[in-house]
Amino acid sequence: MIGWRIERRYEVSRALLYSTPVLAVVLTLTMGIALFCGLGIDAWAALYYCFIAPFETLSSIGEVLIKAAPLSMMAVGLGIGFRANVWNIGAEGQLTLGAVAAGGVALLFWGHEGSFILPLMMLAGIAGGMLWAAIPAFLKARLNVNEILTSLMLTYVAGLLLSTLVYGPWKDPEGMNFPQSRMFSIWETAAPLIAGTRIHIGVPLAFVVALAAALLVERTLIGFAIKVAGLAPNAARYAGFHRDRVVWLAFLLSGGLAGLAGMLEVAGPIGQLVPVITPGYGFTAIIVAFLGRLNPIGIMAAGVLMALSYVGGENAQIAVGLPRAVTGMFQGLLLFFLLATDCLARYRIRWVGRVRHGSGT
Amino acid sequence: MSRMGLQIGAPPPMAPSGRQVPLLETQGLVKRFGALVANDRVDLAVHAGEVHALLGENGAGKSTLVKMLYGLLQPDAGHILWEGYPVVMTEPRYARQLGIGMVFQHFALFEAMTVAENIALGLDGSRRDTHALGTRIREISEHYGLVLDPGRHVYDLSVGERQRIEIVRCLLQAPRLLIMDEPTSVLTPQETERLFATLQQLAHEGCAILYISHKLEEIRALCDCATIMRAGKVVATCDPKSETARGLAHLMIGSEFRTAVRRAPRASSRQIGLEVAGLSLAPDSTYGTGLTEVSFAVAAGEILGIAGVAGNGQGELVAALSGERLAARDDQVWIAGQRAGRLGPTRRRALGLSVVPEERHGHGAVLELSLTDNVFLTGRARLPLVRRGFLQSGAARRFAAQVIASFGVQCAGPDAPAGSLSGGNLQKFIIGREILQQPGALVVAQPTWGLDAAAVATVQQSLIELAQNGCAVVIISQDLDELLALSDRLAVIHGGRLLAAQPTEALSVDAIGVMMGGVVGDKEVVP
Repeated sequence: MIGWRIERRYEVSRALLYSTPVLAVVLTLTMGIALFCGLGIDAWAALYYCFIAPFETLSSIGEVLIKAAPLSMMAVGLGIGFRANVWNIGAEGQLTLGAVAAGGVALLFWGHEGSFILPLMMLAGIAGGMLWAAIPAFLKARLNVNEILTSLMLTYVAGLLLSTLVYGPWKDPEGMNFPQSRMFSIWETAAPLIAGTRIHIGVPLAFVVALAAALLVERTLIGFAIKVAGLAPNAARYAGFHRDRVVWLAFLLSGGLAGLAGMLEVAGPIGQLVPVITPGYGFTAIIVAFLGRLNPIGIMAAGVLMALSYVGGENAQIAVGLPRAVTGMFQGLLLFFLLATDCLARYRIRWVGRVRHGSGT
Repeated sequence: MSRMGLQIGAPPPMAPSGRQVPLLETQGLVKRFGALVANDRVDLAVHAGEVHALLGENGAGKSTLVKMLYGLLQPDAGHILWEGYPVVMTEPRYARQLGIGMVFQHFALFEAMTVAENIALGLDGSRRDTHALGTRIREISEHYGLVLDPGRHVYDLSVGERQRIEIVRCLLQAPRLLIMDEPTSVLTPQETERLFATLQQLAHEGCAILYISHKLEEIRALCDCATIMRAGKVVATCDPKSETARGLAHLMIGSEFRTAVRRAPRASSRQIGLEVAGLSLAPDSTYGTGLTEVSFAVAAGEILGIAGVAGNGQGELVAALSGERLAARDDQVWIAGQRAGRLGPTRRRALGLSVVPEERHGHGAVLELSLTDNVFLTGRARLPLVRRGFLQSGAARRFAAQVIASFGVQCAGPDAPAGSLSGGNLQKFIIGREILQQPGALVVAQPTWGLDAAAVATVQQSLIELAQNGCAVVIISQDLDELLALSDRLAVIHGGRLLAAQPTEALSVDAIGVMMGGVVGDKEVVP
């Protein structure tokens, strides 16, 4: 046969496997520059506004961090599941349900005062996300239904549920008929921790979550069970780790964290329930999890990088008139190059021509 | 000339006169993995029409050598000569083009596909006309007495038949050199005889056969020439027929060969360590074999052997004993006098049961994890390795080091990934991990499959000692010699039924071989 063939490498370099995320970032930037040049945009200015300017003022650093927090928080939860081969693709829906549950608590206590309300909203957010994640977990554990499909499809159900509420019973009675809830009171919002920024409790919380997850994965029996379940299901059964428990654990953990992220979005930057809560953080978190090599510490770094693509993309839209699609383009390029470099580290592409029988004489 | 593909170089200036040019020859072949020299200036010559044995301990470098001969690995130095011409093979495909075929120890077959479809998948290029192929398969299988129906599905076939698929797949390419890696480790005595006849016929027709095995008697019966490797080097080339098995083993190991000492039969205690009563189990997959009314009891200090051809319910039996699959009722499995039928693996271990599954890769051990981490798989039920949910890595590492030292496991240390160990060393580690937990009952499947003579002796000796210390031991194996040497009583499993255990002295290899084939007395056992 003559043509291109993809073949497995017999000897895979470990150094190559670990360097692929860096390589993917470099390739994304190179490709970005080429595209900007092609569009006739000053590439250096665009890159400056995308990647340097966000770090120049305290408030814009804050913007990066409050976007990085939900992303890495969710990605940490998803990453733990991915390690166990449990594919929760529906973090966006779990985030939405977390926001709905937290918002429900806020509206219930509207007009009341007390420092108990915010923690209660957090618990409600976590419970909401867990509840939504429990559906695919149950279907997977009990009926062996593919969790990728169920968790993804439930995302759209969650979005419609939120719409139903903010267009209907939870609509602000004094809101000029806009599809949004009442603004939350100061007892119901996560106040800025640092003056001049919007940094809220979610930022340190995301940090703590990542550290706790690193501890869980590396040092505890539960983390070990998750690892073994992902690497060798037969060995996991032999060791006495139940697959169903791992499925439940992965879903409840990632769902709970997504729910908490949703609560922090509505109680933090947004301050009320609106029909659309995030620009797809739940899906971006999947990229973040892989970019961070499913390692909680790596995920934190990846979360900041992804947050940068949102903040920097907006900056560049305003400053040099880049199209709005540039954020999505950067994220897409990054995932594409990450998958491509990962694949090429394990496989090689070869041109298979005619085999030479020619002798050296 | 490109580095890719098959290259055939200039012939050597003068072929050594007075002697036939070998079909395949290696000159000073070297392969390094990091600091380890897996092959150190290996010289080997295989002539057309001979059955050539390659003998050596685990880690002696046999696999590395044949992988280079088959194009799976590239040598760091030295030459491979094919009919006197230097060749470079970057891939198995090029080796096959030269006429080199290989039958691996573990088969790569798709169970849900037919024999012909499986063979078609393994062929290079466009020769995938299934109908014409079916005819060719029939021709070849008839010519060599390898009974094989191209239309049958692989899940229906015994291990011996599956091996025939791999052999026929090679023969379709009209090989001039056939490499066989431990081919008889999965066969019944009758199937082994059949295979030997085929190999001898092939050799008569001029095909060279490179035969890797640990079974010394087999090599003496079959092979014309033997190359013996130790620690990456060739230590001897001899005619195995003129050597004794003990002499061959001595060359291979370098120290005095130890055989497992059969302990004197003694009055076993009345205390039952492990008992199974009327255990039935559905097959675990579409193509598996369920268990039907299996009952046996093993006393403390006793070794019960269970013989049987692969795929007759052994996997299900091990899973039912380990707790990976639960029995219907709690009184169907008893460990140390306690009902355990409904307990999971961890609670059964706490009662004193240890299990070594047949598959080391991804079942008995996780290849990607370190040996230390692999200790946690089974060790945590009986050793203090987990405190308040946290892993005690220090304690696990000490235990791993103890296993490595006590069982002579060759590895880089407790932090080495399990996947970096050779098959025999990993098996020693797994068995050592279970034995050092001092179990009250041990179930072990295929304890010495693919191990070299020294490792076999270590493992068998430790099983005997374990029984002497009062453990109830169940050995499930296809190696009859091993079962005859070790067991006090022997049972045969066929079609998911266990034929009642009898004292080993009362049984002959032939009688057991026939029972393994499903015949008791004159009656066929209904599966």
